[in-house]
Amino acid sequence: MFRPVKIAEGIYSVGCRDWDIRDFHGYSTYEGTSYNAFLVQGEKNILIDTVKSGFGEEMLANIGRIMDPKKIDAVISNHTEMDHSGTIPLVMHKIGEDKPLYCSKMGAKNLKSHYKKDYNYQVVESGETRTLGNRTFTFLETRMLHWPDSMFTYMPDEKILFSSDAFGQHYAGDKLFDDEIGEEIMPHARKYYANILLHFSPRVQALLADVAKMNLDIRMICPDHGIIWRKDPAKIISAYDQWSRQEPAKKALVIFDSMWESTAKMARAITSGIESEAVHVRLMNTRKWHRSDIMTEVLDAGALAVGSPTLNNGIFPVVADVMTYIKGLRPQNKIAAAFGSYGWSGEAVKILNKEFEEMKWDMVSDGVKVLYVPDASDLARCFDLGVTLAKTLKEKLSE
Amino acid sequence: MDKWECPCGYVYDPEEGDMDNGIEPGTAWEDLPESWVCPLCGAEQEYFEKVE
Ligand SMILES: Cc1cc2nc3c(=O)[nH]c(=O)nc-3n(C[C@H](O)[C@H](O)[C@H](O)COP(=O)(O)O)c2cc1C
Ligand SMILES: [Fe+2]
Ligand SMILES: [Fe+2]
Repeated sequence: MFRPVKIAEGIYSVGCRDWDIRDFHGYSTYEGTSYNAFLVQGEKNILIDTVKSGFGEEMLANIGRIMDPKKIDAVISNHTEMDHSGTIPLVMHKIGEDKPLYCSKMGAKNLKSHYKKDYNYQVVESGETRTLGNRTFTFLETRMLHWPDSMFTYMPDEKILFSSDAFGQHYAGDKLFDDEIGEEIMPHARKYYANILLHFSPRVQALLADVAKMNLDIRMICPDHGIIWRKDPAKIISAYDQWSRQEPAKKALVIFDSMWESTAKMARAITSGIESEAVHVRLMNTRKWHRSDIMTEVLDAGALAVGSPTLNNGIFPVVADVMTYIKGLRPQNKIAAAFGSYGWSGEAVKILNKEFEEMKWDMVSDGVKVLYVPDASDLARCFDLGVTLAKTLKEKLSE
Repeated sequence: MDKWECPCGYVYDPEEGDMDNGIEPGTAWEDLPESWVCPLCGAEQEYFEKVE
């Protein structure tokens, strides 16, 4: 939709789409993303968040179609990460550096660390309500969702929640609302949760409980990326509730890499074993899949087999990359098994087991190691490992 | 007893402890188990600073 887009009386989406971006800080964005910013017009004109550096002029032009950007009286910064704060310096320069910049306590600290400026930071407390002109805003700290500075801004009269990164999706398109795009947006929202918020799931649970207690009437959720939830904001809230509970599905992943195909053969045999137990399975080669896409599948997978050949006494670097990434996002409630081919020292399986242990995943066995090329009996052991994984998962799910 | 602040903004208050992670109220900073990390962001204890 042509920007700016009116989302409520006197409230506009004035942000920008980044159609071209394919790698967002190491997260694959096949459909680009958007940096959403919102203009609230009234006796005071308020800008909620800004856009990434390089998109500032476009945002100002969007605002310019409604009013002179110089007439912005204050900025609210919900989150310091540069995709949203990157053009705060440009905006402050335009409107006057003495204009108030509302943010959380950590927001003020982090904005200073980014832009080395003593702006007129107006630090707001969690739960605090401020009336700016004829509009009222309530601020809700959401520390570590996903940065120390993160907060929500809620407009009680309009019942709109500006939720920063939460409930967002990396998606650039001509549609701006949930009712226009439908189910197509959910895989993007899910991928966003898995890659940005999963490790803070206990905090998401606590936040959802707080919001329920506060009895906030939320008619519309405006995240800083992707589409706006206006038809059914409860849908994304209940999806967050479900994802943050981390309940395992009847689904397994076989994640591996291989230099000379031996570990690959083992991976395929394990996959067959899992399938023979009618458990949904996905075989993912770490050099064919982006780590952020593997992570999205990890979100609800109940069982994981991870395989690596031994290389220079360690695991294969691309498997290490994926494991480091997965580990940082702390997925819970998984059952796991390691496997790999080796030539002499064979450390890979032991290293993978240690990773599982550190993540508190339940191992179904010590894993399967095969010297060089697997023969029929080795592959039968791999098949059996797949069966064991699948059966253990089914037992767990039936408890 | 001293309070300690994490770079993410979380403050460990010995009077409150951290019940969600098995730390009883009244547990001094010095008595926290080594495995205790910031309940908000996961930072280890060495990154904390004493609140003066
Ligand atoms: C998704 C994400 C997760 C982050 N996690 C951490 C973290 O756990 N601890 C930390 O100290 N900083 C964390 N950061 C902050 C970055 O380290 C910080 O923004 C840094 O300045 C980025 O440096 P760069 O510009 O070289 O990428 C995280 C940033 C992002 C985008
Ligand atoms: Fe962010
Ligand atoms: Fe963002």
